[in-house]
Amino acid sequence: MNWETVIGLEVHVQLATKTKIFSAASTSFGAEPNTQACAIDLAMPGTLPALNEQAVHYAIMFGLAINAEIGKISIFERKNYFYPDLPKGYQTTQLEKPIVGRGEVAIQLADGSTKSIRIHHAHLEEDAGKSIHEGDLPHGSSGVDLNRAGTPLIEIVSEPDMRNIEEAVAFAKKLHSIVTSIGICDGKMSQGSMRFDVNVSVRPMGSTTLGTRTETKNLNSYKFMEEAIEKEVERQIDLIEDGGTVKQETRLYNGETKVSKAMRSKEEANDYRYFPCPDLLPVIVSDDTIEKLRRALPELPDARQARFVEQYALSKYDAGILSSDANTANFFESVAANASHPKMAANWTMGELSAALNHADLSITESPVSAELLAGMILRIADNSISGKMAKQVFEAMWQGEGNADEIIEAKGLKQVSDNAALEKMVSDVLEVNPAMVEDFIASDENKRKKKLGGFMGQIMKASRGQANPQQVNQILLQKLNELL
Amino acid sequence: MIIERHEIEKLATLSRLSIDEKTITDVTERLSSVLDLVAQLQSADTVSAQGIFRPFQVAQRLRADEVTEGNHRDEFQAIAPATDNGLFIVPKMID
Repeated sequence: MNWETVIGLEVHVQLATKTKIFSAASTSFGAEPNTQACAIDLAMPGTLPALNEQAVHYAIMFGLAINAEIGKISIFERKNYFYPDLPKGYQTTQLEKPIVGRGEVAIQLADGSTKSIRIHHAHLEEDAGKSIHEGDLPHGSSGVDLNRAGTPLIEIVSEPDMRNIEEAVAFAKKLHSIVTSIGICDGKMSQGSMRFDVNVSVRPMGSTTLGTRTETKNLNSYKFMEEAIEKEVERQIDLIEDGGTVKQETRLYNGETKVSKAMRSKEEANDYRYFPCPDLLPVIVSDDTIEKLRRALPELPDARQARFVEQYALSKYDAGILSSDANTANFFESVAANASHPKMAANWTMGELSAALNHADLSITESPVSAELLAGMILRIADNSISGKMAKQVFEAMWQGEGNADEIIEAKGLKQVSDNAALEKMVSDVLEVNPAMVEDFIASDENKRKKKLGGFMGQIMKASRGQANPQQVNQILLQKLNELL
Repeated sequence: MIIERHEIEKLATLSRLSIDEKTITDVTERLSSVLDLVAQLQSADTVSAQGIFRPFQVAQRLRADEVTEGNHRDEFQAIAPATDNGLFIVPKMID
């Protein structure tokens, strides 16, 4: 039987506020355990939550970015469960009246088509602390670090609109692109700034009813998400084809062992007994505030992509890559503005620079080669001072901090020879000392001659120590050889 | 009786409370009488009434996003039953 996969995502996005959602403790990452957890985060008796305005604004900005209805009156509720990293015994979250209602996100697929994924809603909530089960702990115990407790999150809940892994990953990446572009999240997946829960079910192809779904929780990379979905789809199909039924359950996927298993300990706690939080009044958002935030919203990735195609004559694909990350887009625009060769600016940003950054595990904002430096080098390629091959040497030297392109070209003697007379002499010299090659060229048929040109080119470039302008050499060479025919 | 004994048992499990055999009948009866009272309220006609989450029409005040809380780990951990290397220590909770 042919099976269709149905996927829905719940995405937790940590908001880039300075403080917690309900307390004025810092949210900065990587502090010593429990040094950023105040009395409110620890649920000390008598403490009351004080809602962070910036968190509310960030949530609204997300809603505006996906064209969603904004909940002008939203309510916080208590989701009750027991776990040591949740000191209050409940998570303060939203259920009945979330701050962001229905919206949609368009994704682009590899075949060039686009698809709209509906957003059911997005709500504000607090993160839990971190439980530590491994390392140097007293025997039979776990450790709890509450620095993360109370970090503001929005949980974005999609409709089950995705039909394969490609769509799910494209959706996840698009959300990442949106939240980082509008500056509400730092997007650092390795630090847990975005985490995915994946709802997966399968059904016979053509069926319109949904199969029983499972939820695989807390995936923090696209790769793990892909693997978890692939494994879960396989598991469900095998199960059904062997005469079994899928049980609705929550699963955990271990990215290291590549194994997923059903969660056991919290099963019974699925009865969360939600009720409105008596400590928090309804959050009322005025039309003024919404309009103010709408006007302040930066350019969204889709709009930026369209503008790149229009303004810089880039392909839709290139524009898509450059615009998906705000920092990359800004870097590219800065290079393009300084070098006035957008296509080359795009190629170098996506090619050499991006590869070097990946290799060094740096983000584009930490690049040792600034936009100005890269632009300076592109100008030298454009005016034929250096060849593309020399540019790679220049780039490498700029990366090592050896100065700007002009300084490096000077210091390394990389200047490209574009003087016609000099090049003609070089070509003539090479032809003169290689009579056998010339004979062979003349004797060959037209198809083979093309290939044999490479041999001459190699010799000439070698003779010029790589400094001859290859396009010009090619022209002169062809001309001279044609004269001999 | 509105509430059944097995429901009390489930609620106790969810709330991590232990209610012994002797008191469970008593708790069941008392909670049932609370629910009887609620059932009485439900006889009121509310078809045309809109639901409200709060009795007062006031909005939540919002706080500016400024860090004003410092590190009070030592004070908090001084009253914790067990700590180790800055972590709060709890019985092992993974199975």
